[in-house]
Amino acid sequence: MPMYAALIYDDAEAAEAETTPEQWQEVMATYEAFGEKAGAAGVIAGGEALQPPSTATTIHVQGGQGGDVIATDGPFAETKEALGGFYLLNCADLDEAISWAAQIPGAWLGRVEVRPCIDFSEG
Amino acid sequence: MVRPTTDAERRIAEIVRTEGGQVLATLIRRLGSIDLAEDAVQDAVVRALERWPVDGVPDNPGAWLTTTARNAALDRLRREARRTPKEEAAMAGLESDPPEPVDSVVRDDLLRLLFTCCHPALNPDARVALALRTLCGLTTPEIAAAFLVPEATMAQRIVRAKRKIAGANIPYRVPADHELPDRLGAVLAVVYLVFTEAHHSSSSVAPVRVELADEAIRLGRLMVELMPDVPECVGLLALMLATHARRDARTDAAGELVLLADQDRTRWDHDAIAEADTLLTGALRRRDVGPYQLQAAIACLHGTASTWDDTDWHQIAELYGHLEAIAPSVAVAVNRAVAVAEADGAEAGLALLDDIAGAERWHLFHSARGGLLRRLGRTDEAIVAYRAALACDPNPSDRVFLERSVAELSAP
Repeated sequence: MPMYAALIYDDAEAAEAETTPEQWQEVMATYEAFGEKAGAAGVIAGGEALQPPSTATTIHVQGGQGGDVIATDGPFAETKEALGGFYLLNCADLDEAISWAAQIPGAWLGRVEVRPCIDFSEG
Repeated sequence: MVRPTTDAERRIAEIVRTEGGQVLATLIRRLGSIDLAEDAVQDAVVRALERWPVDGVPDNPGAWLTTTARNAALDRLRREARRTPKEEAAMAGLESDPPEPVDSVVRDDLLRLLFTCCHPALNPDARVALALRTLCGLTTPEIAAAFLVPEATMAQRIVRAKRKIAGANIPYRVPADHELPDRLGAVLAVVYLVFTEAHHSSSSVAPVRVELADEAIRLGRLMVELMPDVPECVGLLALMLATHARRDARTDAAGELVLLADQDRTRWDHDAIAEADTLLTGALRRRDVGPYQLQAAIACLHGTASTWDDTDWHQIAELYGHLEAIAPSVAVAVNRAVAVAEADGAEAGLALLDDIAGAERWHLFHSARGGLLRRLGRTDEAIVAYRAALACDPNPSDRVFLERSVAELSAP
């Protein structure tokens, strides 16, 4: 069965500043409910929530493999909306993936990008 | 081998174009790949061009093409030294499955193809191109020419869309009932976009590109054939027929735009208007009115009126009111104001026009104001309105009309 990555993009820092603890709890509860529902359906193959972009370190090896390791503070691209987490979803087709992705709170709090994963077992 | 005459070739080409969509639709389902299916259908067409001039056209050319394409696909797959799992699956399916297509299956295949081509996950331009290519049998250069884009751009657009369908696994199926309203909207929009592109191209000098409008109507007919119980499908076909019926009267001998009020109504295609009227009456009986049926009703009222003055403006104004309630837009608001001006007088129409917000950049808004001001004898204001319309960068034929209006009003 095809696998899709549902990449959740949001403006985490703005959300943190504007969200009350009660609202935050509600968001978390909605995420949990999604996890239980999609998990029970056998759709979720993995996923993580990421710490904010301010905790990111970007690595680049200069001069090809084995070259100088350059680590810099912050995410690769400084945009307002950043990758905040992801799920791996086993779905029969894109329509199914879209219908699950639309139930992730990130889809209304930010946006969710659905990308098919490459299946290396297929030529 | 007897060399086919050009006439025979043309006749075969026409059959292939009529049957091609069905054959391709079936092959895509059985092969799970648009590219493989297109290659196989192409092989079958080459065979038809060889065989039909000699053997005659078979009784059921669609079935002949489907069977031949299936065999061609099997040949192609067998020749592959190394097959992907998908190709293996396609081959197993082709070998086990009897090739004879059944009417109901063919119908479902076409419907699947229509929904796949118009999938919301595809770029809107690509949806239009894919539908024209797979369902209408147009070639990429033909589609590129119709939309006035370079051939390479159009080819790239189609390749990318096909790659996305395959890569992201866009399903080849008719959406479930709960998805249908949204997905149907996308299909109708694609067909209507083909039609409006033909009629309102701001980039083309000719106001009507008939070929593209014919393709849109062809798609509309196919849609109604596949979904006869969906009133908006029928409404869209009726709208296109009734609008297209006026094509010959829309321009004068010099190629200039003729306003509806001034059109020679004997040049309208009254058979097409009658067909639209019959279709619409049937659709309205289902009491599930939508924007396409409302627009079709307006177009039919125009089409069946013997003169501009004889037109049932009260009903048209009312229909625009309903349309504004369910699908509000500046264009609808302006058209409603124009209809009210005819029904209740220019003052009433002008009052409505002046209440419309956000229309300042649309030339037809200023043009409509100019017309009503002119009628009220407010010549100076009318000139200002027509000039404002000209400043909105109208398409060439509208520009000619606006410049002429300014000249007429400025004359001593």
